[in-house]
Amino acid sequence: MSTHATSSSSSTATERERSGVPAVEVRDLRKTFLRRPRDAGRFARKQAWPALHDITFTIRRGECVAILGQNGSGKSTLVRLLSTLLINDGGEARIFGHDAFKESGTIRRLVNRVSVEASFFKKMSAAENLSYAARFYGMRPAQTRTEIPEILARVGFPPERRNESMEHLSRGMQQKVALARALLTSPVLLLLDEPTTGLDPRSKLEVQDFIRQVRAEHDATILLCTHDMNEAEALADRVGLLDRGRLLFLEPVEDVKRRFGVETLEQAFFAATGREFESEGQEEDDEYREVFS
Amino acid sequence: MSEFALEFRNQLVGLAGIVERNVYLTKRYILWDGAFMLWTIANTLTIVFIARAAGLGPAAENTLATKLLVGATIWAFLGIIFEFVTETVAWERWEGTIEYTFMAPISRPVHLFGMAAFAVLYGLVRATILFFAVIAFIGLHVPHANYGAALALLAIASLSFMGIGIMTAVLPLVSPEKGAQLGFIAQGLMLVVSGVYYPVTVMPTWMQWVAKLSPATYALRGDRASVVYGAGTAWADVWPLLVIAVAATPLGLAVFRVGERYAKKHGKLKRSG
Repeated sequence: MSTHATSSSSSTATERERSGVPAVEVRDLRKTFLRRPRDAGRFARKQAWPALHDITFTIRRGECVAILGQNGSGKSTLVRLLSTLLINDGGEARIFGHDAFKESGTIRRLVNRVSVEASFFKKMSAAENLSYAARFYGMRPAQTRTEIPEILARVGFPPERRNESMEHLSRGMQQKVALARALLTSPVLLLLDEPTTGLDPRSKLEVQDFIRQVRAEHDATILLCTHDMNEAEALADRVGLLDRGRLLFLEPVEDVKRRFGVETLEQAFFAATGREFESEGQEEDDEYREVFS
Repeated sequence: MSEFALEFRNQLVGLAGIVERNVYLTKRYILWDGAFMLWTIANTLTIVFIARAAGLGPAAENTLATKLLVGATIWAFLGIIFEFVTETVAWERWEGTIEYTFMAPISRPVHLFGMAAFAVLYGLVRATILFFAVIAFIGLHVPHANYGAALALLAIASLSFMGIGIMTAVLPLVSPEKGAQLGFIAQGLMLVVSGVYYPVTVMPTWMQWVAKLSPATYALRGDRASVVYGAGTAWADVWPLLVIAVAATPLGLAVFRVGERYAKKHGKLKRSG
């Protein structure tokens, strides 16, 4: 991974990492949104909808932790809180010892994110999108000229398509560029929010292989939020279950299975919640996503 | 390199990134820009031709046409600055990049000034093309024009426009659905009170008082004097622009900071669609 997106904050973070500060410390984190109830009139009073209830967990440096949950469970809200896009309503979150809500400038140099939507200027090419995004992290043209082709090659992006508009690329290709964008800035904490959702099976495997490669070769801590249990089991050291804004557990997969006396994570979900993992209504999911995603 | 110097360098590189991104977008949308340019020229011609219909003598007609052209040109320039800065948030929301930009370690003033700096450059190029295209088409004579003074005043006025633009940029942040439209309303109100095609003195007294707060009033008055009569940059036009810039820029940044905090508190900082 490149080390060129430098800053004093990064070096401070490195010192904190060495001194044994956890990569992520979340304590009693709470977030509530206001929304009008379904079928209520335009002028109906908004009601409080809790997205996260007093979440507490810790992630060690270099660890890959997966948070499982259905649509609307609060995964994206958690990722957005950690990436300084939301302000908490209670509790605290620290990233390498820095307060995520009071030291957002420092946090932004340490964290990058890949979300379910690739999110690019669609008329611009992959190279152009990566180039301007890298500038936001202090990377000069002399650096990006060499590093963008390198990082795109590493994610398996065809060099001849580098200057093609993003709108002409498949979802899988766009997601590779999103991974490249995140890694180009050398984050010490990588937040992956449903990075393989909507990808074809081959692209999904390629992205998962790349995540493994990043873990094997680089000193990055990864928080993977997904509703894909197989993906969580395959990639993560520990798996957590976020259900309707509550973190029910966060343990190694084998410990989860042993605790509930089951053979799969689906069965563990059922044992923990009394509901089937896939049985949540899509309509309700969409409604939640509108507010919380 | 000291921590401060390193951070300062990173922010400058980030500012260049904002300009670079807008250059890429302009290249990609160049045909649309060409069409917009032609539309602006046609629209300006409809205004400038009013001078021909006024039944004046040739000299008076030329003066009136030039005054209308200066109004239309400055309005086109101001409109671009407002559009770029006000839609800083709206564009990113529409493209889906808003979360990535707002979680990047570029400071918000640098982000907004980067947008404004590109808008000023882009607006100047468009205003220049518009001005000379209409002059050539209508055959206007501007023998006394002091272009240096006109440009200098426009540059000073740009600082005020940027500050007010930053204030209106907060609207799409706090109201994803209606914010951009509210920005256009603010732009339209400034157009009405600033005497864009008529002297401020023809308006009701209360509107003339409001006109004193609009930077466009001084930019229009000064640039008309420079282009039509060859006047130099007048201090009477410069100092109000400087005062408005000094007041509007920090106020705009403060308003945006409050708006950003509100958006983060209420989950409004996200893509649409």
